[in-house]
Amino acid sequence: MDFLKNFFSRKPQSGNVAKDRLKLVLIHDRANCNTDLLEMMKNDIMQVIAKYMDIDEAAGMDINISQTTDDDNKTVPVLYANIPIKNLRKKKQ
Amino acid sequence: MSEVFVITSGKGGVGKTTTTANLGAGLAIMEKKVVLVDADIGLRNLDVVMGLENRIVFDMIDVIEGNCRLKQALIKDKRYPTLHLLPSAQTKDKDAVSPEQMKKLCAELREEFDYVIIDCPAGIEQGFKNAIAGADKAIVVTTPEISAVRDADRIIGLLEANEIRDPLLILNRIRVNMVKRGDMMTLEDVTEVLAIDVLGIVPDDESIVVSTNKGEPAVADKSSFAGQAFRDICRRINGETVPLMDLDQQNGFMSKIKKMFVRG
Repeated sequence: MDFLKNFFSRKPQSGNVAKDRLKLVLIHDRANCNTDLLEMMKNDIMQVIAKYMDIDEAAGMDINISQTTDDDNKTVPVLYANIPIKNLRKKKQ
Repeated sequence: MSEVFVITSGKGGVGKTTTTANLGAGLAIMEKKVVLVDADIGLRNLDVVMGLENRIVFDMIDVIEGNCRLKQALIKDKRYPTLHLLPSAQTKDKDAVSPEQMKKLCAELREEFDYVIIDCPAGIEQGFKNAIAGADKAIVVTTPEISAVRDADRIIGLLEANEIRDPLLILNRIRVNMVKRGDMMTLEDVTEVLAIDVLGIVPDDESIVVSTNKGEPAVADKSSFAGQAFRDICRRINGETVPLMDLDQQNGFMSKIKKMFVRG
């Protein structure tokens, strides 16, 4: 019966919700990072890149810490930053 | 070769003290010489879980301050001839002990016993640092809840930073029906996240509450489901290879028949 209930309801199972939330929380815990810190870092990175390139600020910048595997197949945290650029050469102002 | 284990978790209320009591009694039933050390200074609890609260004369602080000899403070459990308890002090606080003093105490205890099992207090402050100071190995107890697993992850990091490598996991209070429904994280979920080896799984079992009420560790109760889990864990600590128990046996054939009679 539980199987049928799960089949017909679109609700994700709370065990999986817990696991996904836990993974996300641990990525931040392990990187010793919180969201405030990420936001500050994002602003700093944007400022640096804006010195040399034209950033599409309207599109916004996506920054997060996730995991990847290194050469030895070990899981390591990685910082992803996705920065849309309008023009690779900064216009002279 | 004697071993010093610390039972730790970070979060409180996940079953550290119950685990300590059951591992101690279980290993003593296997005729190992065991001493349990309650490192939760100021919040003494292992004595009541063991049912030895009326026999305390001296405590760990008395030993450390030299008010008595170590042997005088050790309480011999009359039910299990090879089991001893070193109770914590109820009136002092955690700063009454230093990591160096704990190291010395553990070194002294390991001369006498096969297993020294330290019940660590919750948290990551001084009490935790004291409890792990003299330990060779750590057993991390957690439950399948986000908060408990998160704290366990932090503890594993801190253990590693203190050079206690490869801690072992006990996943406590698993509710099989909720796991089946998908409403509780599974052992696989937890080990995937924590990435440490599993020492054992323990079902959520009412018999633990009953045995704690009575001050008799469930491991000695042949009919206790959780007791069986702790017996398995003790055998693994002793080097035997024991498969993880099938937690679904409560819903097996025999219990279904039992249920039919109960309903009728």
